[in-house]
Amino acid sequence: MSLWMTRLSQPPGKRHTMVEKVTVTVDALQALLDQLKGRGYRVIGPTVRDQTIVYDEIDSLAELPRGWTDEQEGGHYRLVRREDDALFGFAVGPHSWKKFLHAPIVELWKVVRNGEDVSIVAESPPDQRFAFIGVRACELHAIAIQDRVLLGGQYPDSHYRARREGAFFVAINCGEAGGTCFCQSMNTGPAVESGYDISLTEIVTESGRSFVTEAGSEAGLQVLAALPRRPAMDEEIAQAKAVISRTAAAMGRQMRSDDLRELLERNLDHPRWDDVAKRCLTCGNCTMVCPTCFCTSVEDSSDLAGETASRSRRWDSCFTMDFSYIHGGSVRASARSRYRQWMTHKLAFWVDQFGTSGCVGCGRCITWCPVGIDITEEVRAIRDSGSTEG
Amino acid sequence: MHAPDAMLPRIARIRRRRRESAQVWTLDIEADGTEASGFAPGQFNMLTVFGVGEVPISLSGDPARGTQLVHTIRAVGPVSEALVQLKPGKELGLRGPFGVGWPMAEAAGRDVLLVAGGLGLAPLRPALYRLLAGRHRFGRVRLLYGARGPEDMLFRRELASWQRRADIDIEITVDHAPSGWTGHVGVVPTLIEHAAFDPGNSIALVCGPEIMMRFAIDALRRAGMADAAIYLSTERNMKCAIGQCGHCQFGPTFVCRDGPVFRYDRLRTFLGLKEI
Amino acid sequence: MKIRSLEQIVAEHRFFTGLGDEHCKLVCGCARNMLFEPGEYLFREGALADRFFLLRHGRVALELTAPGRKAMTFRTLREGEIVGVSWLIPPYRWTYDARALEQVRAVAMDAECLRQKCDADHHFGYEMMKRFVPLLVEWLHATQLQILDVYGTPA
Repeated sequence: MSLWMTRLSQPPGKRHTMVEKVTVTVDALQALLDQLKGRGYRVIGPTVRDQTIVYDEIDSLAELPRGWTDEQEGGHYRLVRREDDALFGFAVGPHSWKKFLHAPIVELWKVVRNGEDVSIVAESPPDQRFAFIGVRACELHAIAIQDRVLLGGQYPDSHYRARREGAFFVAINCGEAGGTCFCQSMNTGPAVESGYDISLTEIVTESGRSFVTEAGSEAGLQVLAALPRRPAMDEEIAQAKAVISRTAAAMGRQMRSDDLRELLERNLDHPRWDDVAKRCLTCGNCTMVCPTCFCTSVEDSSDLAGETASRSRRWDSCFTMDFSYIHGGSVRASARSRYRQWMTHKLAFWVDQFGTSGCVGCGRCITWCPVGIDITEEVRAIRDSGSTEG
Repeated sequence: MHAPDAMLPRIARIRRRRRESAQVWTLDIEADGTEASGFAPGQFNMLTVFGVGEVPISLSGDPARGTQLVHTIRAVGPVSEALVQLKPGKELGLRGPFGVGWPMAEAAGRDVLLVAGGLGLAPLRPALYRLLAGRHRFGRVRLLYGARGPEDMLFRRELASWQRRADIDIEITVDHAPSGWTGHVGVVPTLIEHAAFDPGNSIALVCGPEIMMRFAIDALRRAGMADAAIYLSTERNMKCAIGQCGHCQFGPTFVCRDGPVFRYDRLRTFLGLKEI
Repeated sequence: MKIRSLEQIVAEHRFFTGLGDEHCKLVCGCARNMLFEPGEYLFREGALADRFFLLRHGRVALELTAPGRKAMTFRTLREGEIVGVSWLIPPYRWTYDARALEQVRAVAMDAECLRQKCDADHHFGYEMMKRFVPLLVEWLHATQLQILDVYGTPA
């Protein structure tokens, strides 16, 4: 306790260097949700719906997918009962937090006419702040990547910024590697390292399920200070570490990632693109479930009388024909070119554009591809063909 | 306070509208309540017809006259067709200017060869105004312009007046012409072959349909121009103009943010690739 | 103004750059100077292609005429260029009109004379081919670009 007091007396905003861990019970986790709600946050967490684990508004721990896990493979996702009652014993589902931060549909502005006077009125983003419960390491990395895309340039996106700035992140160290997970290969997990306010590691103690917990920000510290807790015991800390190593060792997929930029750039005409084109349905599922895919399009509309007009923005996908349409036709008409665009952007050209890979190894694109196209397998096929060009 | 939202248009109004050819119009517009922010030759604006949509259109006017924004538009889709229908006084939405323009600083002290095809003359015209305004700072200035036919040529009166000037060489060619036409007939690269210039001390600015640019670049390289001395302006689908919607990607670049003008050697790998 | 000999003119023409003296003499043996007034035809479609022209001055329009339509110019040529390739292959007939757009000074090369010399001296023939083939390829490329109608509205 005294340690906490010491730290709370530090000036706000100062980053604490010492890692202090406390242990909280499942009940304390409910208190966390209540705390966040009480502070005005809209609390979003994982919950079961339509036989999948999705992210939605939650009020109580009872809504978490307790005792469930997800069986994931290429083109395959099934919820199955766990043998225990773990609260976070699953990997990631079809949703990602971009649904909330980089919303699928955003109203941008409308034109208001007052006689001869015409003006443009910006649509404001919602002013409620989000608190996200159960954010994975790969997802924190995905958010950091979208931060670079949408906030890092000359023109920060005001809607993303409004949703992002006040958000509160309760991260969870993964206790279960999904069948399509490969964060270990992308250096984005399974341990959460930064970008969270509070992190949790689920462990089993004598008193049942508990969480080894750390604050990662001043806001996190304050929230944590209001929860029932005790200093974490050494063995609990060791158990938490073991959880992470076990997960790291159980990755469903692997992909060498240190040379992807060069590998793909010199193989832009590789026959493998034709091969994948035979399987790819260009449905765009991979782009919808990807936590970093950021592409959008805009739509203008007006009322029938032409008195008002407005513009909205919605997620778009590089797999559509319209995406690359220029006067006369689409630049990327073939499935081959559209898959190549998606993958080379994600793994190679993203580095040129934003100084980071666009892939966090969450495996969603593999799981939710209706024909089970596996990005790790496609990279391997190109690599193993022993490209002589480079 | 945060910077103004780049996705929000300003209100602008049509001041003047004139027809260049069957499908092409030039619109002068003025934006409400915004001081002249100026633009660089080769940059573009996003123009909105309210309730219809938004399109990227390059600036084709004089950069020294910043309050008057000139755009030359080919009416080929729902938005551009609606744009050219707007009568003087009508309002439209304006965002911009965006993008990286022509390398005017690098052109100083060198001969400048402007190679334009079709509507590609429009984004090059601000560069021409700039070259003529600071004429002493550049070597020989030469414009090679190709159009489909005599009736498709842009800015005809202005071209004619420039042709009378001694400080700029203008050669115009058309792809085919009725027999009354006494100018050149043939594609633009044929003009490059006859343009006497010092490839070691020249810079080439190329704009036109992508195929025409590929042929023109081949001709420039055959004439001895270095890849790093050739610049081209590219076209891709654009929605946001600020590198955030993903549509305009061309290999590792965003045409809206890193272009539309690129140095040829930086795009060379991708220019010849199909469907990139 | 110094009057230049035919040999000088031929040797200095862009088309014959690098041609040896011997071969230059062979070429000149088939050459003669010609002058065309504006509007005058260098040759007409369908006529015997018994020559080609090195343009020394002035521009020439290559034209095609269809019934009911005005003549269309598909290419103009100027100083330094060659007019006419139909003399290379049987049946040696012009496939378009060539009309002087301004006063044109040209060297006309006798095709029959040249073909005989090419047949007799294959080295000479090869020198000629090395000059004509790139020209044909360049025309082919230009024609491709023209056919693509890149400035037009895609369907």
